[in-house]
Amino acid sequence: MKIYGVAILAACYLVGQFIGDWFGRLFDMSGNLGGVGFAMILLILLNDYLNKKKLLVPETEQGILFWSSMYIPVIVAMSATQNVKAALIGGWVALIVAIIATSVCFLLIPLIAKINRIKK
Amino acid sequence: MQNIINILDKNGLIFAFLVVGVIMYLSFLVGKKVTNNKIPAAAIAISFGLFIAYFGKGEKGIAAIPAFSGMALLGGAMLRDFSIVSTAMGASFSEIKKAGLAGVISIVLGIVIAFFVGGVIAYFMGFTDAKSLTTIGAGACTFIVGPVTGAAVGASSEVIAISIAIGVIKSVFVTIATPIIANKIQLNNPHTAMIYGGMLSTTSGVSAGLAATDMKLVPYGALTATFSTGMGCLLCPSILYYIVQQFI
Repeated sequence: MKIYGVAILAACYLVGQFIGDWFGRLFDMSGNLGGVGFAMILLILLNDYLNKKKLLVPETEQGILFWSSMYIPVIVAMSATQNVKAALIGGWVALIVAIIATSVCFLLIPLIAKINRIKK
Repeated sequence: MQNIINILDKNGLIFAFLVVGVIMYLSFLVGKKVTNNKIPAAAIAISFGLFIAYFGKGEKGIAAIPAFSGMALLGGAMLRDFSIVSTAMGASFSEIKKAGLAGVISIVLGIVIAFFVGGVIAYFMGFTDAKSLTTIGAGACTFIVGPVTGAAVGASSEVIAISIAIGVIKSVFVTIATPIIANKIQLNNPHTAMIYGGMLSTTSGVSAGLAATDMKLVPYGALTATFSTGMGCLLCPSILYYIVQQFI
């Protein structure tokens, strides 16, 4: 049943939120520290484990895949509900940050690609 | 007219499904007919979202208009984080081993470098509080890491909108630049494609950029980009936010 997949996803999400919240308290900072990231790691581990044990039937998987196909639409809805008028004042920041930060990452690709080759 | 608005308002989330569905359809159409599939439809759709937010009011964008209140629920933190977590299904630790040490380094480095380069530029452009700097740095990773981080650290809606815009521009920039510089960075084998995905993190930009370069490389780049996005959601609102707080 598809709901099994949705339930697995919900379990990973909630445990991630608990861990993120716990870290927030531990470091005495407001907010949820990396809850989404922890939840993603949990889902990857669980997915690997269930696949190895052949417990993940396609029907269950569909329940999770539905939500992953919804993420761009959800991000679109989120974009539509932001304070864009105020953000436009800082429009140049967006352009400059995006181009420079991305260019630096591009430049480093050949360097990092060499790491494995040197070892070999 | 009032009747229609009342019904739409009462069924806000359902109406939001319809609105977003129409936006997605139009974006795919524009992507196909106008840009010949060169710009990812996801980037067009998100730009479309930011564009219509402009017609709303203040903090809540389009959701400030009664009939569109459901957009705030569909695009709210809960459904957003839930659907983002589900994208981890596209990643697997046994697959990532094939990328080797260089792949793992690229996943971490792609986040850390984009974050700090973005944060430092924002600092010199007049942002001085740790929450805004962290959110803008996270936006330099991807349009997902930005708002996830912004919500986690409690940044303003305005800064979150900037972080989404940064991520969208990055996605488009990666898409356009990849086929042009593919030869210069020797992007012609699975190994480099994995490092490229890890360094650039933006799954939509990486997938579209690789598709325009060499279709066979898409799964390799998309895998490490997905990992990198997850790594961003993990590191930005936690360790990296903590480091920013020590400096500010």
